[in-house]
Amino acid sequence: MASNASAPADTFPKLLIRNAHLYGARPSMRHKDLGVWQTWTWAEVLEIVRAYAVGLHRLGLKRGETIAIVGGNRPKLYWSVMAAQMLGAVPVPVYADAVAEELSFVLAHAETRFAAIEDQEQIDKIQSVMERLPKLEQMVYDETRGLRDYDHARLRSMSDVIEDGRKALADPAVGAWLDAEVAAGKGSDPSIILYTSGTTGASKGVVLTGERSIKAATDTVKFDKLTEKDVALAYLPLAWVGDHYLNYAQGLVSGFCTACPESPDTAMADLREIGPTFYFAPPRTLEILLTRVMIRMEDAALIKRKLFHYFIGVARRYGEKILNNQPVPLTGRLLYWLGNILVYGPLKNVLGFSRVRVAYTAGEAVGPDLFAFYRSMGLNFKQLYGQTEAFLYVTAQPDGEIYSDTVGPACPNVDIRIAENGEVLFRSPGMFSGYFKDDAKTAEVMTPDGFVKTGDAGFFDEKTGHLKIIDRAKDVGKLNDGTLFPPKYIENKLKFYPNIREVVAIGDKRDFVCVMLNIDLTAVGSWAERHNVVYGSYQELAGHPLVYDMIEKHVAEANRSLAEDKIMAGAQIRRFLILHKELDADDGELTRTQKVRRGFIADRYATLIEALYDGSKEADISTEVTFEDGRKGTISARVKIRDMQVVPVPVMGRAA
Amino acid sequence: MRAPGGPEVAVGDVLLSVENVSLSFGGVKAVSDVSFDIRKGEIRAIIGPNGAGKTSMLNIINGFYHPQQGRINFKGETRARMRPHDAAHGGIARTFQNVALFRGMTALDNIMAGRTLKMHTNFFWQLLRYGPAMTEEVEHRRRVEEIIDFLKIQEIRRTPVGRLPYGLQKRVELGRALAMEPELLLLDEPMAGMNMEEKEDMSRFVLDVNDHYGTTIALIEHDMGVVMDLSDRVVVLDHGIKIADGTPNEVKSNQAVIDAYLGVAH
Repeated sequence: MASNASAPADTFPKLLIRNAHLYGARPSMRHKDLGVWQTWTWAEVLEIVRAYAVGLHRLGLKRGETIAIVGGNRPKLYWSVMAAQMLGAVPVPVYADAVAEELSFVLAHAETRFAAIEDQEQIDKIQSVMERLPKLEQMVYDETRGLRDYDHARLRSMSDVIEDGRKALADPAVGAWLDAEVAAGKGSDPSIILYTSGTTGASKGVVLTGERSIKAATDTVKFDKLTEKDVALAYLPLAWVGDHYLNYAQGLVSGFCTACPESPDTAMADLREIGPTFYFAPPRTLEILLTRVMIRMEDAALIKRKLFHYFIGVARRYGEKILNNQPVPLTGRLLYWLGNILVYGPLKNVLGFSRVRVAYTAGEAVGPDLFAFYRSMGLNFKQLYGQTEAFLYVTAQPDGEIYSDTVGPACPNVDIRIAENGEVLFRSPGMFSGYFKDDAKTAEVMTPDGFVKTGDAGFFDEKTGHLKIIDRAKDVGKLNDGTLFPPKYIENKLKFYPNIREVVAIGDKRDFVCVMLNIDLTAVGSWAERHNVVYGSYQELAGHPLVYDMIEKHVAEANRSLAEDKIMAGAQIRRFLILHKELDADDGELTRTQKVRRGFIADRYATLIEALYDGSKEADISTEVTFEDGRKGTISARVKIRDMQVVPVPVMGRAA
Repeated sequence: MRAPGGPEVAVGDVLLSVENVSLSFGGVKAVSDVSFDIRKGEIRAIIGPNGAGKTSMLNIINGFYHPQQGRINFKGETRARMRPHDAAHGGIARTFQNVALFRGMTALDNIMAGRTLKMHTNFFWQLLRYGPAMTEEVEHRRRVEEIIDFLKIQEIRRTPVGRLPYGLQKRVELGRALAMEPELLLLDEPMAGMNMEEKEDMSRFVLDVNDHYGTTIALIEHDMGVVMDLSDRVVVLDHGIKIADGTPNEVKSNQAVIDAYLGVAH
């Protein structure tokens, strides 16, 4: 293949060719199929992607056109991205769990003529909104089951497309043509369009170019010393910037191996089998894992339970210090060493973290205790801050400089500036070139000198020089008496309790702070079982007086912790209620990345919020819910409200 | 899915026919003088009110009960009685109304158990796990993994089935029946006790089994919606007597069936 290996590759297809030369025999992709891990080397992947690209071209895909990628983390979908890029076409990944509405919005907005689709379920979804997608012409699918009786005028299986391309490639002229196509690809061309999760309204298409993406990924690969010997498990949504960056871009830049889980439900077991060295988990996943571990320990035999809790205590005292190379007494080191043999090692093995060298968490503020738990086990978890528009990284914590309440200093080659209103602005090598078909919005978020407005409020910590993010800039509010009210900060205090799944704090332009929360059905359900509390549904359990008592204790503790902080003491929680249904992305209450959409919730639960402030003891509510297949139903309930004692603000200078 | 309102799927020759079968337990007549047939490749439903003799009929078909009168013709062989293992060897597999799995074993092992009849190496080779036994085991395991993939139960492969929720246990049981690669699959209330979503999943699996493996299926089901959507032909029993037989639409408008289900005004 004629490629000039000397010039730095500025598109992903060029990187793929480089990797096939450099790491030809090393694994590029793994996927568990029929219970056995299958492996493809970089050389094999290049061969498949070339054939696939020719196949797609023969179906009519041309340079500059878009192709939707719909489905989970499967090799063939990653290869669809590569093959499209090889032709100069622009892949547009879509969240696999998006409902038909969202799917049709993205496909229509991106004007896709082609779609690469995982399976029948996704095809059914697309066909249900076909009349809104007049441009969609061809669909290629990975999983054949159930599709035999479908009209195949616009459907092809990926294997057939690849096979077709392979036959065509037997003609050397076709190979030469493809090489020319790759060479014709410019670094400044759009490489992918990622639609934002829509935390703030309708999702926007973020256009990223190959050159900038690769530059950004090269910087972080160097920063974390990633090499072709590393392994990552791709289990987060394909359409999310994190997956595209951490696995796809960094994988191609460093040549490491990306493993795809057998099915979304087996990710945890697959994690254990693969033993990744580079790992990313959003705080929510870490929470779920911790909750699961704690529940299982509650059910363990007495001696195991005692042993676990004792050594977790040891780890809390010494673990992080050891990880940060700080002085630790000899007994501490000895105890930690023993704990590692008895508890931490086996625990890490069960969780699949035995080989983890670099791990990140991001997406939301992480509870300090939660973060400390994993780090005290000896896992090098770090925080990063970023967004789709930056192609992920804005800041990241370097090894040894880890604090749970900061997100680290600016990444290499990234400039950060804090605007007057506290908003964080950045300029980075990987930043986007604009929103797809929306110049007005692009102009809105760019400053004249080329910085991007993140929409997050933050400041640089004086002690460490790291950036601290408090909340979304527009979410930070004030109580009527002028007390600062950052809702996320309060919510996170409560969310650390395993019994609490989701919290919405209300207080902006109000007299005091109230919260609405979701209990965690796994944790509280297991508690209910042990305490002989009988319940038939989430709704029933959430309204149980004993559950209210338990949550009340947590809220009281959170209030005590808020009272310790002088600025926050006025923002203690006066009243709370437990919502009668779980907040759900299908109902629009959470984003696809599981972030709370506060504005939407405020409208939807207006009657409950009113009741929180008018002193009622309970309130009636009825809400519409959307099922996964798009049908709608209604849930109505009477929700109880509890009043809370407020810790008096301590007099200055005296310990509380 | 069947094309709505379109012609019924073409079905082949008669695979199994029941002729004038009667079965009684002491003085109780469970089944009296019932005849019907099951054709190759179809989904055949047996419905009826409680105590109509549906499960007895399935038990007769797979040789667990021996009818006092009548004959059963399976794949051209007519017989008055046979034993369950003959039925199994002949290519009839079934699931049960109450899940009958090995509760302490994993889902994988349970489905593997369905391959027992297909294993040919002798006990001693298998003890050694060497040579032909190993080759055979790998082949069986591959088949079982295909079924696990087909039923989408990868995440519970290693979970003891006793710990699984009911809906998944039913799916594992279907997997075990499929592992026998049956020609005729008997499903005794595959959707009993399931919620709407689980029913939809299971219906999809039943259709996929029929479509993908070409397996003939006879099923007992109470949910009329499911029966009407799934089956090609329906036979209706009431008090051990056949009162109707035909396509779902024919049966639905049959007066005798309506009376049996809704009761007759006196």
